[in-house]
Amino acid sequence: MYGWLWRTFPGGILGKLLCSLLLAAAAVVVLFLFVFPRVEAQLPFQDVTVNGPGASAPPSPAAG
Amino acid sequence: MTADGVRTFLRGLGQTLITLGVVVLLFCAYEVYFTNVYTNNQQHQARDEIQSQWAQPAPTPSGRPGTKPSATTPASAPPAMGKGFALIWMPRIGMVNGKAKVVFEGVDHEDLKRGPGHYPGTALPGEVGNMVISGHRTTYGAPFNRIDELRDGDAIVLETRDTWFTYRMVRQQIVKPTTVEVTYPVPGNRDATPTKKLLTLTTCNPKYSAKQRLVVTAELQSALPKSAGNPPALSGQGA
Repeated sequence: MYGWLWRTFPGGILGKLLCSLLLAAAAVVVLFLFVFPRVEAQLPFQDVTVNGPGASAPPSPAAG
Repeated sequence: MTADGVRTFLRGLGQTLITLGVVVLLFCAYEVYFTNVYTNNQQHQARDEIQSQWAQPAPTPSGRPGTKPSATTPASAPPAMGKGFALIWMPRIGMVNGKAKVVFEGVDHEDLKRGPGHYPGTALPGEVGNMVISGHRTTYGAPFNRIDELRDGDAIVLETRDTWFTYRMVRQQIVKPTTVEVTYPVPGNRDATPTKKLLTLTTCNPKYSAKQRLVVTAELQSALPKSAGNPPALSGQGA
């Protein structure tokens, strides 16, 4: 995959390097803004509230 | 499969695994670093907002123009959802001055990303009943990271527009995540009528786990007007 990308990018070494950096940066942005927030919501250390099944106490989602 | 095919397959597999490893490392960086950056920004903004609000004259209660809220009476109207409405100070764990945290109304995931969150519907600062605040133990600024270090009698101070509410810790316990009883106006007794003015902090326990909840309960000791200077619990902090 990386080999194919490298061959596909236009320009010389500099152009290819620039494209690689841009693509990597875009991947990090997508991960940080969209993927990781969703993944982390599934992780246990976000749960800080107490709530029980059918509890009438303050309604609150477990996530937090 | 030809030798070339095997080679291509193995190369692809190797690259995929390396990529996954990098993504996992990035995720760790996101959790331990980026979430804190996010929360610190939010806290800064909220603090500026709340302090400029407090610098303005208090809004007169609707329908009763001219009435001046007494400094030591609890605010009666609940804050708007998602709004910062108080600062929480805990001298024992160094949460003072610039490190005091803005408490937001609401305990949704989004609220708690910004700082400690107040359970809507539970008591407000200084009110009879049980004021419940949840906060992250790890990641997102981890406001309650060290509340396990609080000891009986330690001060937890809530700063509102006009008043310092000083609570003193009376109990610390580790409970199951379903133990909603700790949030009742009278903890453990759903139907009892509250007489005490309690503050309950909840966070997860152990760190990086959701197996249990760490619960700190405190009782109001004093409500002092801010015009009179720092409360005794914060003397020497130079606010």
